[in-house]
Amino acid sequence: MAAINRDDVAHLARLAHIEMSAEELDRMAGELAVIVDAVKSVSEAAGDGVPATSHPIPLSNVFREDEVGHTFTAEQALSGAPDSDADRFKVPAILDED
Amino acid sequence: MTETNSTELIRLSAAQLAAKLAAREVTAVEVTQAHLDRIAAVDGGERGVNAFLHVNTEEALAVAAEVDAIRAAGGQAAEELHELAGVPIAVKDLIVTIGQPTTAGSKILEGWHSPYDATVVKKLRAAKMPILGKTNLDEFAMGSSTEHSAFGPTRNPWDLDRIPGGSGGGSAAAVAAFEAPLALGTDTGGSIRQPGAVTGTVGVKPTYGGVSRYGAIAMASSLDQIGPVSRTVLDSALLQQVIGGHDPHDSTSLPDPLGDLVAAARLGNVDGMKIGIIKELHGEGYQAGVENRFNESLELLKEAGAEIVEVSCPNFQYALGAYYLIMPSEASSNLAKFDGVRYGLRVLPEEPPLTIERVMGATRAAGFGDEVKRRIILGTYALSAGYYDAYYGSAQKVRTLIQRDFEAAFAKADVLISPTAPTTAFKLGEKLDDPLAMYLNDVATIPANMAGVPGLSLPGGLADEDGLPVGIQLLAPAREDARLYRVGAVLESLLEAKWGGPLLAKAPELAASTAASSHGGSH
Repeated sequence: MAAINRDDVAHLARLAHIEMSAEELDRMAGELAVIVDAVKSVSEAAGDGVPATSHPIPLSNVFREDEVGHTFTAEQALSGAPDSDADRFKVPAILDED
Repeated sequence: MTETNSTELIRLSAAQLAAKLAAREVTAVEVTQAHLDRIAAVDGGERGVNAFLHVNTEEALAVAAEVDAIRAAGGQAAEELHELAGVPIAVKDLIVTIGQPTTAGSKILEGWHSPYDATVVKKLRAAKMPILGKTNLDEFAMGSSTEHSAFGPTRNPWDLDRIPGGSGGGSAAAVAAFEAPLALGTDTGGSIRQPGAVTGTVGVKPTYGGVSRYGAIAMASSLDQIGPVSRTVLDSALLQQVIGGHDPHDSTSLPDPLGDLVAAARLGNVDGMKIGIIKELHGEGYQAGVENRFNESLELLKEAGAEIVEVSCPNFQYALGAYYLIMPSEASSNLAKFDGVRYGLRVLPEEPPLTIERVMGATRAAGFGDEVKRRIILGTYALSAGYYDAYYGSAQKVRTLIQRDFEAAFAKADVLISPTAPTTAFKLGEKLDDPLAMYLNDVATIPANMAGVPGLSLPGGLADEDGLPVGIQLLAPAREDARLYRVGAVLESLLEAKWGGPLLAKAPELAASTAASSHGGSH
């Protein structure tokens, strides 16, 4: 399996929406390489015939009663928002104007 | 109330406090005030324990006064009071509460107030248990030392220069320092049990789904579990009985109750039970003093009539690696919601263009600490195209192998036993620059989360070489939490008979902190 390098980390940081300085990318790449190396044996541990487990105690068909319950008011929902306007979350521009 | 009374009150267990309250020998206000005074005396300042991020003085005293008024009036309302009514509790700051800030130990949520209560908090309120405040943790519960908190580390009451474990170091230290008789924790890979081990307290990770996770800020949803922190096994049983049960708000919540855990803790009998030593979870890599205390507990259980058998779980060697793929993968997805739009911090980039994407990048860069960033990047990597099968997919297969190991082990033994952590508490700062060394603290606790089985850690004595607490871990099959309390209570009473009292009686006295008065409100 390929080792993780600085370019990988820069790409992943963009995907994860975390700005990173050049120095941070260098440090993170070094630390993650050690961790990835330590966990890589996992890919050889299980054969093809072993099924995957996503939840330890699987429950299926989980339903609740179809009852009208508590809902937040707009005021409550917006109470922790950094910015809001007319009962809505207010965000900066979605698209770059340039 | 005299000062002596107050000092004695904080050393009582929750069960003892409940009995005194019911007998009206003491009021809930006196009990709550005694703990608030203790927090004021030992938690703040340069050399304070720093277990609390927020102290909830006013509300806690109001709830206590309400309990006292109901008891004084008598009649049906007094009779219907919950057994633990008036017994105060601390809540890990990963669990949301109305009326108090919830930070998850992160700058990205600093100052945020939840508009709703977690289900476990609702249950505490229904039982009229005064909530003393919110306890410190590694940011978003990511860590094993509480050093990754954005609000400074918590100190271990046994030695203020050492870590209290993590991520729930605040809850464990609060209980160990007699700042609270009970606390709530969350355990994704050992965050309740490992802090319990290194602070000489009891911590339980219930069966996955046994306690609702609604309102616990999610790290890794298939692993996270809320559970009790206390000084005695019985107290944890009492608390799990309060917070457990089905919750329609959590689709992974188990529909059936887990039985009478309090009765199990009071039963006190291991005669004829088979207790399995897990070959892979002791010996090499474990501190000598930890191993000695572990062997001593085995001898005591044998003398009490239990049969000790050895079991092998060969796939546990892959558990840590698989955990560090599954947990970051789920965390990277769960933490995507902290984007500077709906709650918490928003940071604007220094230069244009001011697009939402760049605002998210700047917000998450400023709001998250290093460990959180590492795990998000690692999880994003494990889930990315081309690596998904090799990493996340393989880790999920390992999870199946670990479950099969547990099944085989529980065919031979009723409960399994191991040390909770490979070492006693290490020094603050010692492993901060070595993430992998930090991760190894959880090697014995992670398998239970991977398989969803319940685990309990209780104090096993002090290591000979450093005089610090050692934890003994018990594991039971899924839904058999009662067995943990049954065996745990027996081992606890055998050990306490040997020590001549609780282990925490041997902990050093904490000096009253000089800057105590500055710690009344929030952090």
